[in-house]
Amino acid sequence: MAGSDAAPKIGAPEFANALLNADAPSPPGLIGPDGKAAPKRFAVYRNNVIVSLCEALGQTYPAVRTLLGDDYFNALARAFVTDHPPSSPVLIWYGGAFADFVEAFPPLQDYPYLADVARAEWAWLQAYHAEDAAPLDPAVLGSIDPEKLASARFVRHPATSRVSSEWPLADLLRANRFSPGDGAHIDLGAAQSLLITRPDLDVDVVPLRPGGAAFVDALLSGAGLGEAAGLGADASAEFSLSDCLSDCLGAGAFKGLETN
Amino acid sequence: MFSETPSNSKSRTAAEIPARAGAGLKPEHVAEILETGADVGFFEVHAENYMGAGGPPHRQLEAIRERYPLSLHGVGLSIGGEGPLDGDHLKRLAELNRRYEPGLFSEHLAWSTHDTTYYNDLLPVPYDEATLARVCDHIDEVQDVVGRPMLLENPSTYVAFEQSTMSELEFLKEIARRTGCGLLLDINNVYVSCINHQRSAEDYLAAFPMSAVGEIHLGGHAPDTDDAGRPLLIDAHDREVDAAVWTLYETVVRRHGSLPTLIEWDNEVPEWPVLQAETQAADRILAGHDTAALRQAV
Repeated sequence: MAGSDAAPKIGAPEFANALLNADAPSPPGLIGPDGKAAPKRFAVYRNNVIVSLCEALGQTYPAVRTLLGDDYFNALARAFVTDHPPSSPVLIWYGGAFADFVEAFPPLQDYPYLADVARAEWAWLQAYHAEDAAPLDPAVLGSIDPEKLASARFVRHPATSRVSSEWPLADLLRANRFSPGDGAHIDLGAAQSLLITRPDLDVDVVPLRPGGAAFVDALLSGAGLGEAAGLGADASAEFSLSDCLSDCLGAGAFKGLETN
Repeated sequence: MFSETPSNSKSRTAAEIPARAGAGLKPEHVAEILETGADVGFFEVHAENYMGAGGPPHRQLEAIRERYPLSLHGVGLSIGGEGPLDGDHLKRLAELNRRYEPGLFSEHLAWSTHDTTYYNDLLPVPYDEATLARVCDHIDEVQDVVGRPMLLENPSTYVAFEQSTMSELEFLKEIARRTGCGLLLDINNVYVSCINHQRSAEDYLAAFPMSAVGEIHLGGHAPDTDDAGRPLLIDAHDREVDAAVWTLYETVVRRHGSLPTLIEWDNEVPEWPVLQAETQAADRILAGHDTAALRQAV
């Protein structure tokens, strides 16, 4: 152990800078057994960082990966990882900015639905790890004074979110994540927004009916049932309060109901 | 069931990790483990995979913890980092310790966070006085916040630092002496590092401060070569434990007795029976030691 004073001091800044910058040289003072610089050895760390983060991203976004193919996805993930490395050691929280990155990625401008697929997969992950809570029992609705029903407010289940899209999001997810290879035709002209939640162990992905997105948004932001129904009807002439409410309650989108 | 405090631990199996083989827990194995009541000494999890609020990961881990002793292994605290420890992350580790009451809690001699970036790899530290002082301060803080002694794992490394002034062994011994922490002896890391730096793994192990060791890790590595064509082993955890590592392990067990021994298999994860067979191989070595000790005693 010579450790001569002349040896370059390699701090974390020098090491870290060379990890995400593939063009940066291996920091001086990192050596192999012969005491000489060893760029290929340093490259093991660089490779571990990039590849493991790309894999983490691929686990969060399997449908985007399937849609793009492994090679393209890995190249895209590498660009994302380099631009947006994680800030937390908890990797289940990594990659929330991926949808916006995909949306702004110039070579993918002809595939505008990819960003929404990524948003839905991020929402799926949030639901998967969300706090557990018992969903509202739909029977509770029957016990409420009908006069108070219009002003009743639903309390969001911790796992519930809504992803809106002009693209057939439910079909794209089914074909590329949940039931790949089922061969069902996808009509890219059919807009589908999703309600995503997890009443117990399994994450539910529910396509919303016409007007359903506006209705759910209103409920999730604290509007009363009557006001939300009005917004649903404004959004679509085909809006059906009973169908949309039954979809939400069936999925377990709420954990409570408050009446005045 | 998730809001309950550790009072539900009354129904749990004892926390203490037996001197047997355990396995790194993988979500895809949990159902089979629970259905078959697999005969395994303990399970170990990466703490960071259980830092979400709820959902299937906690449900699975609670079910495993009811039936098996659990070891909690952090991979992201960056104890060797230049900056202060992430206080929020430390609190999350303390909370997991409180919630699951693991028999062992361990982390790495490595860094992974610098400034605000997390690099998701166990990066090496120079073995010098400044780093030693910083690592010891960090371990003091961990043991203080988590409220229990931790085990520190020896690293696998691919490069050495020209600025190092002491050996890895001197560095580890001094950390254990100053902080009172235990050590996690990863024998695959020993083998990988010794091949990579052209040292003798036998000599390293013969000089290892075994009285501080609370657990052993075994795992698989991948062969590669370095800039000069010399063998370079990668700590990949993607295959069976190498024959050379089994031999080193047998020597350690014969010399120092039985210790909790974890099989790590984190990438290219096989079917459960393949991983279980690795734990059984370790159990046979541990049992062989017991038999030999018994014969000597008679």
